[in-house]
Amino acid sequence: MSNTTEHTVKAFDDDIGELRALVSEMGGLAETAIGDAIHALIRYDLETAARVVEQDDRIDELEAEVERHAVRLIALRAPLADDLREAVAAMKIATVIERIGDYAKNIAKRVPVFEHRVEIEPLSILPAMAQIVSEMVHNVLDAFAARDAEKAKEVIERDEAVDDFYNSLFRALLTYMMENSHNITQSTHLLFIAKNLERVGDHATNIAEMVHFAATGEYLDDRVDVSETFAPEPEEDS
Amino acid sequence: MAEITPPRAIVALLTLFGLGWAGYAAGAPPLGLALGCLGGAVFGAILLWRPAPERPEPEPQAAPEPPEEALFPTLEELMNAIDDPSLLVIGRRVVRANPAAQALLGTHIIGQDVRLAIRHPAAAERLIGDTKDDESRIAIELVGIGERERPWELVIHELKNNTRFVRLADRSGTQAAEKMRVDFVANASHELRTPLASLLGYIETLQDGAAKDKKTRNRFLEVMHGEASRMQRLIGDLMSLSRIEAERFRPPAETIELGPLIDEACQATCATLGTDLAQIRIESADKSVAIAGDRVQIAQLVSNLVGNALKYSPEESPVTVAYESVSETMVRLVIEDRGEGISPEHLPRLTERFYRVDPGRSRSMGGTGLGLAIVKHIVERHRGRLNIESEPGVGTRVIVHLPKNPPTLSSARNESVTKADAPSLVAMRDSR
Ligand SMILES: Nc1ncnc2c1ncn2[C@@H]1O[C@H](COP(=O)(O)OP(=O)(O)OP(=O)(O)O)[C@@H](O)[C@H]1O
Ligand SMILES: [Mg+2]
Repeated sequence: MSNTTEHTVKAFDDDIGELRALVSEMGGLAETAIGDAIHALIRYDLETAARVVEQDDRIDELEAEVERHAVRLIALRAPLADDLREAVAAMKIATVIERIGDYAKNIAKRVPVFEHRVEIEPLSILPAMAQIVSEMVHNVLDAFAARDAEKAKEVIERDEAVDDFYNSLFRALLTYMMENSHNITQSTHLLFIAKNLERVGDHATNIAEMVHFAATGEYLDDRVDVSETFAPEPEEDS
Repeated sequence: MAEITPPRAIVALLTLFGLGWAGYAAGAPPLGLALGCLGGAVFGAILLWRPAPERPEPEPQAAPEPPEEALFPTLEELMNAIDDPSLLVIGRRVVRANPAAQALLGTHIIGQDVRLAIRHPAAAERLIGDTKDDESRIAIELVGIGERERPWELVIHELKNNTRFVRLADRSGTQAAEKMRVDFVANASHELRTPLASLLGYIETLQDGAAKDKKTRNRFLEVMHGEASRMQRLIGDLMSLSRIEAERFRPPAETIELGPLIDEACQATCATLGTDLAQIRIESADKSVAIAGDRVQIAQLVSNLVGNALKYSPEESPVTVAYESVSETMVRLVIEDRGEGISPEHLPRLTERFYRVDPGRSRSMGGTGLGLAIVKHIVERHRGRLNIESEPGVGTRVIVHLPKNPPTLSSARNESVTKADAPSLVAMRDSR
């Protein structure tokens, strides 16, 4: 190998390394945001909730940085095959992580609604659901860092459990709302929170697919999203 | 290339000290401390031990002999000897990761950007920012590295030339203690809720007028009285536990004569349990046995142990309380019964708060499940030792060693507390 190619290879490795590191940093922020948002909700911790909302800006900033970086890398180095795939995947993953951050922010924004908390029985399902979703995000970011296609696949397999949680929570909440019309506001917010979590699970799955693709070059079969059939979409506040 | 200059040596020494101190500050056990120092030694070695200078030393006699390379372990070997996950980061790249770090973070991290290894937001900035001279050691509490929800302390040492030594200290022990406290509150609330719920139930029934005749009403009131007394006892026990704990580091200094105190405690116990004092035989080889103790607490210890012996053995089966001086410094107290005994699998857990072999039965006898926990804490505070030996169907023997003299503070504190923390609990299979 000639000296120039060696140099180019080294420079490319540095660039892609930086790109991946930025994505990982974003992931760390989003992961923490989800955990904190749920924590804030359960403990009615307004301070933490406000911090989650505030720190979302940093995630957005990083996304822009990732994009700049990726575009420059592709333009300057004109990577091929595996390398190109990796660069594009990193950019796409950053976009999805940014969405996860938004959902965390949405959840955090709803915390003040629960000031006078009523005992909403279905609420007890929420932490368990949040736990699985957080684990999915955590594991998919680990898979990304390790370029571990197998671990990515495991994440995808868990999405079904999240959908099940969501569906049962959805039903329980609807029933509850019918019986307790005075708690309708809080119940509705809970419904949206559950939907947000369910979407985070979907996004973790999307990332897993991209990690898998970047690592192996193979697409996984598209999943059928059952929850979409009767689930309300969260309103888009950002 | 670098040579051994005074500043370099100072940095190395500071690192050594810093790491040792880190271990100390983190409350690391002696082993961790030693390893921390070893970690320091690694950096001492790294910093001191660079390739020989290309140009000759200006003053040959002032320069120390370069160390024999063969005598020193390699950087690899030294890092492998550190139990805590540890990384060496140059610039942003992980250049070395010891096996513990590879097990926690994955083998892929070597050669990668450190943000791919540790993506926690609180750490990211510190790990890649510019080295600052004013902060050579940074410690951050983190949760969720490797396994989710596992707590770590991330310690970053800023070294020369944009190099960082990163060590992760496991903090799950501290959190486990916290969890124990939380569990305790949960248990205590649960224990209080049960009698309270039954009290409320009876009150409601009485209010409904369901118990018209005097006999039923009296029976209800009796049960209510029992439940209320149990709550009172529970609260009393909880309060004495917290009092004993609060005084844990203040050894008792009062000199107390054991004989009269035991007599008194046995009488009181029999009175509350409604048993005949004749069931208890008190034996002593020595005329007068004195210990350094807290009168109220020792009385409670005797009362709890004698109470158990009476409660968990058939009526009229004898209970023996024996005490004697066994050495210059120690007194032994043995409480023995010929009751139902305890099977070995329960022995290690008996002194846990609220642990009972048969919860329903203990509760129906008015037990709180705190008796032995209180005994354990009293023994600990007195810098003594507690042994429980038992064989199902044969009986139980509880042996307490208590010091005669107040311990001198400096020597006694740490050692005896840790010893008493783990009372040896021996199943008495072949000893009888
Ligand atoms: N001498 C003994 N013989 C048999 N079992 C015993 C004896 N002492 C203790 N135990 C067992 O150990 C358990 C814990 O004892 P502990 O004294 O802590 O609580 P308790 O007796 O249930 O309630 P209390 O707090 O009122 O004493 C008891 O529930 C009992 O099962
Ligand atoms: Mg007892």
